[in-house]
Amino acid sequence: MKYFEEIQVGDTFAVGRHTFTADEIKAFAQRFDPQLFHIDETAAERSHFGALCASGWHTAVVWMRLMVDHRRGLIEAARARGEPAVGIGPALGFRELKWLKPVYVGDTIEYQSEVVETRVSNSRPGSGLMTIRSTGVNQNGEPVISLVSTTFVERRPEVT
Amino acid sequence: MPKLHWEDFQPGAVAIYGPRLVTREEIVAFAAEFDPQPMHLDEAAASATMLGGLGASGWHTCCLLMRMIADGYVLDSSSMGSPGIDEVRWLKPLRPGTNIRIRATVLESRPSNSRPEMGLTKFLFEVLDEAGSCLTTMITTSMLGRRQPEPRP
Repeated sequence: MKYFEEIQVGDTFAVGRHTFTADEIKAFAQRFDPQLFHIDETAAERSHFGALCASGWHTAVVWMRLMVDHRRGLIEAARARGEPAVGIGPALGFRELKWLKPVYVGDTIEYQSEVVETRVSNSRPGSGLMTIRSTGVNQNGEPVISLVSTTFVERRPEVT
Repeated sequence: MPKLHWEDFQPGAVAIYGPRLVTREEIVAFAAEFDPQPMHLDEAAASATMLGGLGASGWHTCCLLMRMIADGYVLDSSSMGSPGIDEVRWLKPLRPGTNIRIRATVLESRPSNSRPEMGLTKFLFEVLDEAGSCLTTMITTSMLGRRQPEPRP
């Protein structure tokens, strides 16, 4: 993980990819979003989606999980090089979350993020705020989800 | 047949859903699966973070909100899903043992331009604790089937 000062608007990074199975789509939806088109194949076929598809929240939290794993990998790599592990988080929230297309059974979603804004935090002088736009694209190259989120990132100790 | 349609959600209408007790076990289980950061997993590690103690993943709060509104009205409605979320703000941590409620306010309502069988309803959802403090806000648009579709010109 980079310090806030090393992060540039326009930086992009590959977050990871995930294939959505019928079992996990239904298991997630049973817990959090039990609308018929997320839990029942037959009902989903009769719905405007035409087939079983993942809850939009499922598509979003898989991005979160991949992002945590991605950051952990960067921190471990920094430690292995003898560099300090830069702190990140928590997030303040998100905006402009768009569910652009349904995620159907067997779809593989590839997530990528781009830094769109950086600024120093007023409330926490030791931190900066990094805003990223994250996008998930299916195996046909179609965007299925997009969101903008803002997270605290530690500043270089010598500048604060 | 669903009981509730687009016509049943008029601007200014307010409804409360819940309460729902959020346990430490489910906070940790959700985080282990979807957001395995220390402040959501372990009290000792969480006390050293900006959260100052164990708190639910903000994404968990969103998913609980979804489930509570599903049980509250969505499953009894002609819901056609949602194009997305305008904004979510995580204002205060959701701590283990909190009984949360959802306050749903209809902000706007309009027919769909492209689909005469559908209307669009913009909601403000607030996640409240027992004292009525707001922990999270969400502004989102729902797609709902109309009871009486617009006659085609």
